[in-house]
Amino acid sequence: MTSSNTATMAVARNYKDYGSALWKRIILTREGAVFAALILVIIIASVTVKHFAAPITATYLLLDIAPILLIALPMTLVIITGEIDLSVASTAALASVTLGTLHQAGMPLELAALVAIIVGALAGALNGFLITVVGLPSLAVTIGTLALYRGLAVGLLGTTAVTDFTEFWKDLAKSKIGGSAIPSVVILIAVLAVAFAILLHFTQFGRGIYAIGLSPEAARFSGVRVERTKFILFVMSGSVSALAGIFYTLRFSSARGDNQTGLELSVIAAVLLGGVSIFGGRGALHGVLAGVLLIGTLGSALRLASVTSDVINIITGTLLVASVVSTSVLAWIRSKRSRPGGKKPETAAATKS
Amino acid sequence: MTISPPATGTPALELRSIAKSFGSVVALSSGSLALHSGSIHALIGENGAGKSTIVKIIAGLYQRDTGDFELEGESVDFKSTAESKAAGIAVIYQEPTLFPDLSVTENIFMGRQPTLSLGRIDRKLMREQAVGLFSRLGVRIDPDRPTLGLSIADQQIIEIAKAISLEAKVLVMDEPTAALSGVEVERLFAVARSLRDEGRALLFISHRFDEVFDLCDTVTVMRDGEYISTDPIGDTSVDQLVRRMVGRDVTTLFPKEEATIGDPVLVVEGLNQPGIFHDVNFEVRSGEIVALAGLVGAGRSEIARAVFGVDSYAAGRVSINGRNVPRHNPAAAMTLGLALVPEDRRKQGLVLESSVAQNTTMAIRRSLSKVGLLFSNAENSAARIWASRLEVKTSALDTEVGTLSGGNQQKVVLAKWLATKPSVLIVDEPTRGIDVGTKAEVHRLLSQLAGEGLAILMISSELPEVLGMADRVLVVREGRITADIPRADATAESVMLAATHSQEATA
Amino acid sequence: MTTQTTTTQSSFGTRVLHGAGNFAKARETGILIAFVLVVVAATVKNPNFLFSNDGFRDLLLTPSILLLVAVGQAVVIITRNVDLSVGSTLGLSAYLTGRLFIDFPGIPILAVFLIGILFGGLLGLVNGALVAFARVPALVITLGTLYIYRGINVWWTGSDRINASDMPKDFLALGTQQFFSIPVLTIIALVVLIAAGWYLRNQRGGRELYAIGSDPGAANLYGLKVTQRVLVAFVVCGALAGLAGVLYAARYGTINSQAGSGFELEAVGAAVIGGVAIFGGSGTVWGAAIGAFLLFTINRALPILGVQDFWQRAVVGVLIIGAIVLDRVLSLRQSRKLVEARDN
Repeated sequence: MTSSNTATMAVARNYKDYGSALWKRIILTREGAVFAALILVIIIASVTVKHFAAPITATYLLLDIAPILLIALPMTLVIITGEIDLSVASTAALASVTLGTLHQAGMPLELAALVAIIVGALAGALNGFLITVVGLPSLAVTIGTLALYRGLAVGLLGTTAVTDFTEFWKDLAKSKIGGSAIPSVVILIAVLAVAFAILLHFTQFGRGIYAIGLSPEAARFSGVRVERTKFILFVMSGSVSALAGIFYTLRFSSARGDNQTGLELSVIAAVLLGGVSIFGGRGALHGVLAGVLLIGTLGSALRLASVTSDVINIITGTLLVASVVSTSVLAWIRSKRSRPGGKKPETAAATKS
Repeated sequence: MTISPPATGTPALELRSIAKSFGSVVALSSGSLALHSGSIHALIGENGAGKSTIVKIIAGLYQRDTGDFELEGESVDFKSTAESKAAGIAVIYQEPTLFPDLSVTENIFMGRQPTLSLGRIDRKLMREQAVGLFSRLGVRIDPDRPTLGLSIADQQIIEIAKAISLEAKVLVMDEPTAALSGVEVERLFAVARSLRDEGRALLFISHRFDEVFDLCDTVTVMRDGEYISTDPIGDTSVDQLVRRMVGRDVTTLFPKEEATIGDPVLVVEGLNQPGIFHDVNFEVRSGEIVALAGLVGAGRSEIARAVFGVDSYAAGRVSINGRNVPRHNPAAAMTLGLALVPEDRRKQGLVLESSVAQNTTMAIRRSLSKVGLLFSNAENSAARIWASRLEVKTSALDTEVGTLSGGNQQKVVLAKWLATKPSVLIVDEPTRGIDVGTKAEVHRLLSQLAGEGLAILMISSELPEVLGMADRVLVVREGRITADIPRADATAESVMLAATHSQEATA
Repeated sequence: MTTQTTTTQSSFGTRVLHGAGNFAKARETGILIAFVLVVVAATVKNPNFLFSNDGFRDLLLTPSILLLVAVGQAVVIITRNVDLSVGSTLGLSAYLTGRLFIDFPGIPILAVFLIGILFGGLLGLVNGALVAFARVPALVITLGTLYIYRGINVWWTGSDRINASDMPKDFLALGTQQFFSIPVLTIIALVVLIAAGWYLRNQRGGRELYAIGSDPGAANLYGLKVTQRVLVAFVVCGALAGLAGVLYAARYGTINSQAGSGFELEAVGAAVIGGVAIFGGSGTVWGAAIGAFLLFTINRALPILGVQDFWQRAVVGVLIIGAIVLDRVLSLRQSRKLVEARDN
């Protein structure tokens, strides 16, 4: 602009990168709160619950939450765009059944697994098509596909189960890294988690996901391909759900139509607990990982303390409700601080970059 | 009822010296208005003059900071829209808020349906009353159909019917004719006149002088949040009103510098979208600022959105430097050098809850990525450069863009698009809702950019801006380009004429 | 020419989905016809389906429980919300019923009914309060209460199970009794259906529920008591689930901690198939009721028609998806017609 150069340079130099200190930006966030809760639970449980600190607890804990961790990754991205996918557990079961049926028919396990993942991708593609091309709301669509995919899974196998799988893969599913207590599947999870984290937080595609969640219109006006992005996310969701289903099948050596019923609720609960807003546009993967671990650790600790699974469910449900209500209450308090019908005071953007 | 003589006695509604601020932005410094029964009172002013703030205070959406608000002499203080409604005030907005799934009749009487025994809704009576309301208004609308899909004009009539059934004494109409055709405007005016004759007080907010002079008996002018004047319509003229609205000599305000005008960069041929725009042909050359003028609702923004690709079009061709721009594909258009600063800054131009840095770099992310990876360092550096070039006033790059002033928000949007180094820049209402100082900055910027060879298509509803900035003025009326007026021949009259009467287009 | 003040085409398309309500009349008739067709097809294949004593009774009896839940769900969906906790509420109420009979022998059956309804209403109140006051989407809240209520149910049940022998014969008889060859439970369900349908159509409160679902913003601007109405909608939904739980106990006699599991999605499915738009503002409880009957009947008819009943859920899924795709296609066509008409 035509003002003097020194004025321009002075203004440039005056821009801070961030409005508040680093520690505040890390700790005073939803993610920080979940991590704090996680650490708290681990410490308290290690001290008060017998056997909690034993390595074998960690093994079973991680094996149990592995499917949830896996599916939570794409689910986070889906929810950030403002959509939801309730069909993930049914897709996992469908993949499981596909794996079992094909293997039983003689196909080598590796190939059957590949086909199962493709089935999952196709399931996600159907969701994506109905949502982005036909324009249906994701809640309704995925309630329908939840029933459809589960129905196909049950229909294919009926009440039977396929239990015969290649020893190598079964053992691998249950194996641990070296001599430690950490199951090998954690490697898979870590690789995928890093991949999704990079995708969400360090790519143009990921920035687009946040923009779609916050303002689909503005995103469209800036060249973000809204429909294509959402479609890709649903395909990812289906594929990863299939992967989780395959892992579960191999771990328990059982492919059944009714595997993992209700898993979708655990995933969504963990994602929301991890700081992702159901309204879209807000959330981060590290928070979600902490959220899954929190629910898993809490469940594990309570089980060891001989608290029954129903109480664990009560606690999960209460945590979920409390976390979303508290967000709502905080937002209400913040809106009351500004003048009625007026602007908010200058605040830092909540979106993680 | 006979027409009552104007302006005597206690006003039905009066505002005196109203002030209202939002944080550091002063929307109103002294708003005043005296509405009398049996009168249609016009409220005019440029964008940002404070008209919509006044409407929202009357409606009860906002509370005033200081000043007096009286209804028939009694002081009032509405905390909610329900309270103002109960007091007999009805506001008809440009975009009516009806229930799309419910019938016209139900919309009118929702919450107050007539009942029989056991609280049963008396549908027959309700329908009769609705039909009665419509005949009183002299209009014909099917009372049983759902309101979804009704034209804006019909929806407004339903809102008016609602207001009458509520015995509203004061009706505020906020730019009601923006989306109406000629016939529908006539119908609306006939309704307004009959309401006036019944002794109600009407407030008519509009940008269109011919309508103001046609319909209203009194006119109040506002400028920059301040009350300027009130006159009976017979005692004033368009020129006088425009001068009071703008407050300064029009011609010397927006200096467009001389620039070498080169070859056509943007060429639009035969663009057609049934019901929206028809047979649109124009070109913009490098160094040129072409204005797209016309009444609100003429279809200019729709044309811009179609050219850029946010909306699709049925037929036609868009090319930049000879290369075809694929339709309905903003990303491709951006790659070819097209940029669009949209009309609705808050909903289309910015992601309000995102930071300044994120918004500024939103269109250049691919170029900032290395091996597909995008780091916030790169974003912050780029944002820093462009935000300072446009002198965006903010303390930190991660400030939420929704908390900035209108002028600064517009600068962020401009920064975002200029960062893409476009060959063609389309700006839709570049200075709407912005303070005077920033307005001048934006104009200077556009002029400078043209001087550097950028081809600019500027959509504007502000005549002074159009006349000052444009090398050529294209006038749009009802989806068609009806005139192409070079700078030398462009006057307020020639433009407005072409915008309202397609036959007499002067060149 | 009138110019649409649209922002971008996609947002207009979403709002247009509401147009499905216009076809509600055609919709209820349509699924009623479908229901009749399924019954006819199955009866042709196997006359016992309809004409045996058991067949006819069963056809009317079992879906009555789902009908109650579907009606309650429809009321909530009409306000643009959803209640995923109804299955858990039903289970809790069923267990409560059994426990009342066991712990308070001689308790009047009517009292048990009332307690079941009140209890369900209370659980619904919790949902409604959180949704209406905390402004959190109902999906999330009821997801949480689904967990909580089911957890309470399992914890309370322990390793127990209520058996038919624990409950008075009169009560269990209700489960099979007939009144002019219509099962008593079905009559109860029908009475509720008629009452709900009447209220939604003829009372101000009922119409306001539709308004709130059609455009919550406009409802607020109108000054409608949105919070109150939404709260009541959830209480009614819970109360109906509670009633359904009592009926469940009468019908099945055996109640374990998983009673009612899955009912919530079937109820949503029945409502959607019956023409209740998932975005609210349109549809009727009659449609939801027919949808419930249709769902159940298809499941029963499948084996007779030669389809293994393992494919039931898949069929349900296809129906749900088909229903919403149909809604969308119809409403797009309607809006196109309206725009053309306007421009002519």
